[in-house]
Amino acid sequence: MTVDDRFGPDFREPGEDPFPVTRSEIITGPVADWATDFSHLEPEWSADPYPIQDDLRQRCPIAHTGRFGGGWLPTRYADVAAIAYDTERFSSRAIIMSNVRPPRELAPAGGSPPISSDPPFHHHARKLLLPAFTRSAVSRQEPATRAFCHALLDAVQGQDVVDAARDYAQHIPVRVIANMLGFPPEDGPQFREFVADLLEGINLPEEERIERVNRLFDYLVAQVDEHLDRPRDDLTSYLLNADLGGRKLDPDHVVGTMALLLIAGIDTTWSAIGASLWHLAGAPADRARLAAEPGLLPVAMEELLRAYAPVTMARLVTGDLNWRGVDMKADDWILLSFPAANRDPAQFDRAGEVVIDREVNRHAAFGLGIHRCLGSHLARMELRVALEVWLDRIPVFSLADPDAVTWAAGQIRGPRTLPLQIRG
Amino acid sequence: MKVHIDSGRCQGHGRCYDLAPGLFGDDDEGYGQVLGDGVVPPGQERAARLAVANCPERSIDLSEET
Repeated sequence: MTVDDRFGPDFREPGEDPFPVTRSEIITGPVADWATDFSHLEPEWSADPYPIQDDLRQRCPIAHTGRFGGGWLPTRYADVAAIAYDTERFSSRAIIMSNVRPPRELAPAGGSPPISSDPPFHHHARKLLLPAFTRSAVSRQEPATRAFCHALLDAVQGQDVVDAARDYAQHIPVRVIANMLGFPPEDGPQFREFVADLLEGINLPEEERIERVNRLFDYLVAQVDEHLDRPRDDLTSYLLNADLGGRKLDPDHVVGTMALLLIAGIDTTWSAIGASLWHLAGAPADRARLAAEPGLLPVAMEELLRAYAPVTMARLVTGDLNWRGVDMKADDWILLSFPAANRDPAQFDRAGEVVIDREVNRHAAFGLGIHRCLGSHLARMELRVALEVWLDRIPVFSLADPDAVTWAAGQIRGPRTLPLQIRG
Repeated sequence: MKVHIDSGRCQGHGRCYDLAPGLFGDDDEGYGQVLGDGVVPPGQERAARLAVANCPERSIDLSEET
């Protein structure tokens, strides 16, 4: 037996960084004009970004900001789609808009393949993962997911008010991805901290961000060691044994992909489940109809994904260019808002309304092009099961206190506090 | 009526095999595949049109040939 020495003491040893990152000034505070100074990290945006996006689509469809070292925000479906398809001029080397740009030398793999990868590397890194995330592969998680949803509702039985974000939605994707990666289910609370560190701590001082990211990587390396000692049938062991072009994956690739799988599935699905329950709690006709017609759920789910798409991605411009009338510079950010694309009236009738039985729904909640969400089949399974179980057991519910609802800030948007009246 | 998937555009969203399971399936990587010769049997025209209209990548064609 040969010892796997990829994760030995040299791995992640701090040393001279050959490709330094580019840092920009951290700018926070109220936005003066969303067309010239937008920030998706300000409370006005997280509370309700749709009026801002609708206004921009009318008067300045590719908005600019000087924050984060410079970036652009397209709000028309056609522009979002064109950028998603143009992987030559818009790189995925970084997909979270922040004050730090990773070095260009990191492309085409990026820090967390394949979401951070550009062609041609992207294709191979993604191909490794696709079989584990097909609809039939993820259906193996469905019975355990359903049982877990029931257990969560058993635990709140007897309460008049339940926080559906904190006590229900957030736990579901955490448990599912822990199962798939082969991590201890009791580590769930730590995963949620990792997610908050990476996705919401964008404007924290850099030392603090580095320390938080290191905490995640220390955890992942401990899981790697544990799986090297005791290989088993899960995604972590699969990645450790995977072969790319005739050799095993680089250790950075293994750990980067583990980070991606852990982070990407949690906030996103939690947000989709929470936003769906939030909508239904405030729209009694939709709620009553879905409770009475469970067969409508697959159609309704797509509409809720369209109207409350949780995920916005980012890209980096690869070189100076004039793009559809604006002068973009190399390394400018693009905030690629699938939520804004999904509410473009040029693409959807009654774009600003939830039409619960909308049958023609070519939405972009899971992205477009080669980076289509790898976990979309898993997310749809979790969302469907979470809503089925909730509606079956709690068909009548409403917002206990609309003002108490809070929403996550940043590129993943969904309710983080959601008190629902479920009795009385 | 006949359906066809442009495999160069398909990204495996899976809307076609969700909406029209009699006409489409998925391969080992989740990409959509036309079942059989793609000829739409009587009674499945509506499912075929829904699959076309919901494909986010616009990768499905419907031709009127029989």
